Formats: sequence, structure tokens, C-alpha cells
Amino acid sequence: MLDLTYDTPKPKRIAGAKHDWELVIGMEVHAQVSSNAKLFSGASTKFGAEPNSNVAFVDAAMPGMLPVINEYCVEQAVRTGLGLKAEINLKSAFDRKNYFYPDLPQGYQISQLYEPIVGEGEVLVEMGDGTARLVRVERIHMEQDAGKSIHDMDPNMSFVDLNRTGVCLMEIVSRPDIRGPEEAAAYLTKLRQILRYLGTCNGDMQSGAMRADVNVSICRPGDYERYEETQDFSHLGTRCEIKNMNSMRFIQQAIEVEARRQIAIVEGGGTVDQETRLYDPDKQETRSMRSKEEAHDYRYFPDPDLLPLEIEQDWVDNIAASLPELPDAKKARFVRDFGLSDYDASVLTADLDSAGYFEDVAQGRDGKMAANWVINELFGRLKKDEKDIANSPVSPAQLGGVIDLIASDAISGKIAKDLFEIVYTEGGDPAAIVEDRGMKQVTDTGAIEAAVDEIIAANPDQVAKAQQNPKLAGWFVGQVMKATGGKANPKAVNQLVAKKLNG
Amino acid sequence: MSIDESTAARVAKLARIKVEPEALGALAQEFNGILGFIEQLNEVDVEGVEPMTSVTPQRLKRREDVVTDGDQQDKVLKNAPDAREGFFAVPKVVE
Repeated sequence: MLDLTYDTPKPKRIAGAKHDWELVIGMEVHAQVSSNAKLFSGASTKFGAEPNSNVAFVDAAMPGMLPVINEYCVEQAVRTGLGLKAEINLKSAFDRKNYFYPDLPQGYQISQLYEPIVGEGEVLVEMGDGTARLVRVERIHMEQDAGKSIHDMDPNMSFVDLNRTGVCLMEIVSRPDIRGPEEAAAYLTKLRQILRYLGTCNGDMQSGAMRADVNVSICRPGDYERYEETQDFSHLGTRCEIKNMNSMRFIQQAIEVEARRQIAIVEGGGTVDQETRLYDPDKQETRSMRSKEEAHDYRYFPDPDLLPLEIEQDWVDNIAASLPELPDAKKARFVRDFGLSDYDASVLTADLDSAGYFEDVAQGRDGKMAANWVINELFGRLKKDEKDIANSPVSPAQLGGVIDLIASDAISGKIAKDLFEIVYTEGGDPAAIVEDRGMKQVTDTGAIEAAVDEIIAANPDQVAKAQQNPKLAGWFVGQVMKATGGKANPKAVNQLVAKKLNG
Repeated sequence: MSIDESTAARVAKLARIKVEPEALGALAQEFNGILGFIEQLNEVDVEGVEPMTSVTPQRLKRREDVVTDGDQQDKVLKNAPDAREGFFAVPKVVE
């Protein structure tokens, strides 16, 4: 599939008081399906609406209300599975996960424990240093999201909003293949990128559309390899699950903090209890969620309101045929077709808008030059204004126009930057701007020669020095460029200066 | 498997059903009766038999991804013992 090959990254090691430890991490990522309506009701999924306004009686669990599945959500889950090169289960089924919480009016969450819709897949996680980890995905299942409890609006009451209740989530469960905090963040980044390419989840972590539970355990160097050989978990330490995180930075912190906590326990002669924990970023510690432990007996059973979900291979094939080009393939193509570096290709394929913009600029032009202008000039300038590529004041055609003027030697690289700034702030056609404002490069050797002669005549001392030390010729080039307002063709100036000085 | 009083108490707690301690014995007894019947069913050999999910052949009914419901905050909150500013108000639950 890929022209790119990678080495496996080294697992993160943490030095304990007694010896070194390695980390073993598995992640459960909850990704909200981008759909108009909820998984089992016709209420809207829109974020930020008036509280309890996007609620059908099904979501509020009124007696007698029955769930009817949203076919589009199923399609999105299948599409996601295909995007992760996973097996699709033509038959899956829904189960009830029973627990009590105010934001779960049914008293159970409809989920897929025993027969998930998607089976084993994989995610290639590049670490940006030429290494990459292939993280196995164990399964993806569909389930209902819970509502939202707000605890800070009243001293004695919690407020509950059911707008999110019943929105379709995909729970993407990885194998314990992630070996450090940076890898965990990179895995989540890659997963987010793939979902956004597929259009199955908007990946917005701030609004909670994507959030992760992270399972962390520690082991001695060598133990993980023994686990890999045998797939026997007894070689690994007891894991703790850190719940519900939606910040890349906090995820990394939490993993590190949790690993150190476990190392201290084990080195102190104790044992780690398998439990659910919460990360407190203020105190930089994880702490046990005892209430969760008590409710851990979920008494799953098949949901009698829903028949098994059977889908047809033809339907799956149609979805497969409509998959877009995915990040790995696009990146490999950018490297192959445009001659980009691995790094530049990664930056440009990070999201679809950037990739599309670059392709428009690079079409019929030098790929590397287009990449440089998009990444260094455009992205740099947009970042300064906190704008994203979708709102770029410079269109691909305009940026292409600037590049064409450089390529045809009409303007120098330095002038091109001024021109870019003008196009960015004022708009307009680059070629017309260059013409109107006299920014054209002077390639007329006669004019440049006159300027060179003038500088040489005015600076006999410098001339003497430069004749001793050819490196000083650069000073003359600079003076000529200054005298011509930067419009002289630097190549021509260089040649003339060298010729005249040695002349 | 036999259900004792402490198991009955635990199941009651998980289901949020209040059971007086003196009623637990009888409840455990009833559970054991039900489980005994299930054990009897377990004696039937169903190896290779697909679990029946429907009496008549049926396909799971689907809906289209169209918003057809909602916008009824007043109705949703109508039965709530306490509601404020559009929210259900419940006794404080904090992790």
C-alpha cells in the first residue's frame, strides 16, 4: 500500500527508584457520529442548543417509547470500520448496559457488547521521526451517548440536560499496543485525522465529540515482548482506566502521572488495584472513582426492543467504493508525485482543507516550491491572524500566481514575499499588482551594470578588500539590491559583481 | 448457583429497589425458584441452534437521518419533580 516504510519506535522508559519500567497503553476512543438525528430517535444532534430542546420521548425514556435505528449512523460506523481496514460484521446486536445516573433516563445504555458491528482493524501511527507504530484496533461498536450533568449552577442541585442523550457514539477500542504518552497522543491525532477524512466524526475534542478512556499499566523491559509472543496478559501489569479525557495535553500528562503512581506502588512492595480513575489536571494526580466501582456490575443482556442488526455485503461494498483517499495514501502520493519530504507531506495532509489547497496550488507547478509557499508563508501568515485555511484571504489561484511570477523570473524571492503580503491584505491579481506597482525584477543587464559600476566607483576601499577576500563580494550585492529597491535579479547582480571586482 | 440474602440485597441495590431486611429471605427464595427453572432449561442441548430473536422473520426497522422530533422542552420537563431554567434539577451528584 505504502511507498513509505518505518521503523518501530522505542517504548518510553521511566526510571523507578529500583529499576526501569515500560508503559503499556490501550485506548477506548468515543467518537460522536456526525449525523442529523440521534441513533434511535428523530431528535436533533445539534450541539449548544437550548437545554432539553433536542429531546424526543425515546431519549427521555418515557414509558412505552421504542427505539428505531438511524440507518445513516450504521453506515457511518461501517465507513469508519472500512477506513481502519477492519472487518465488518454483517450481523451485530444491541445489548443493555445497566446503571443508574441522572443523565441516563433509561437506566441503561444501549450498546454492543457481545456482537459489535466492526471487528479487528489497524491504525498506522507516525511519530514524525521516521518511526511509526501499527496499533491494532480490537473492535468498534455503536452506542448511545449519555446526557450532561452540570454541577456548578446551584449549591445543592445538579442540572441535567438530555440534548446529548441518545446521540450515536462509536467506541473504538485499541489493543494494548501503545507504548508511551507521545504515542497515545499521536494515535488519537491519527484516528481523528482519519475520521475527519471519512466525514464520520468532526473530531472536535473541545465540544466532547471525541474523548478517550486510557488504560495504563507498567511492566519491566522484556515483559511486553513476552506478551506479544504469547498474547498472554499475565506478563503485563494490572491496568487502571483513566476516564473521559478530551485534551491531548492532559492525556499525556495523565499517562505519565499514572505510570509513576503505579511504579511507586509496585516498587514499594504493593499491588496495583484494577480500577477506574479520574485525572485532576490542577493537582496533576489521578484519583479513584469509587462510585464507578460500585456500579461496575452492568448486568448486560440483549436489548429485547431491538432485533439483531443485519446488513448486506452489497451495501457494505457500496460504502467501500465511496471511501475517499485516506491520509496514508494521500501522503504517499504527495511524496511520490510532488517530490515532497515526509515531513512536508505530513503537514499538508493533516487535514483535507490543507491538502486540497496545496493540490490546487501545486497543479502544473513545482511541487516543492508550492509546498514551501503553502507551509512557510501561507500557514505562517494565517497562524499570525489565528485564521484557518478554509478562511484564507489568499486563494490557491492567487498563491499560484505569485509562484508563477517567481518561476518566470519576473520577480525575486524577496519581492515575492512583499507581493504575497499585498495579496493577503488587499487582494487582487498578483501579475496585475506587479505590473501596476513596478515590482518587476530588473533583468536588464545594462541597468544593473550601471548600478554596480556606481557602487564600485563610490567605494574604492571596499573594492580593495573584496579583491583580497572574495567573500566580501556579498556586500556589493547587498548595496546594488538596495539601490534598485530589491528589484534587481539577484542572480544577474551576483554575476556582474563578481565579474567587475575581478575584472 | 444459589442466591443468599446478601446477594439478594446486592441485586436490589443495583436495581435501586428498596427491600426491607426481613423481606430478603423470601426474595432470595423466589430468585432460587427462577434460577432453578433456568437450570432446568439449560439441560436442553441447543448446540448449533441460532437464538430466536423474532417469532416471524423480520428485519430490524430503520429510520432515515432526518430530524423529526424534539423542540418540546415543556413536555419533556412536565413530569420532572423539579426543573429550573430548562434543566432537570436533581439532588447534587458530584464525582
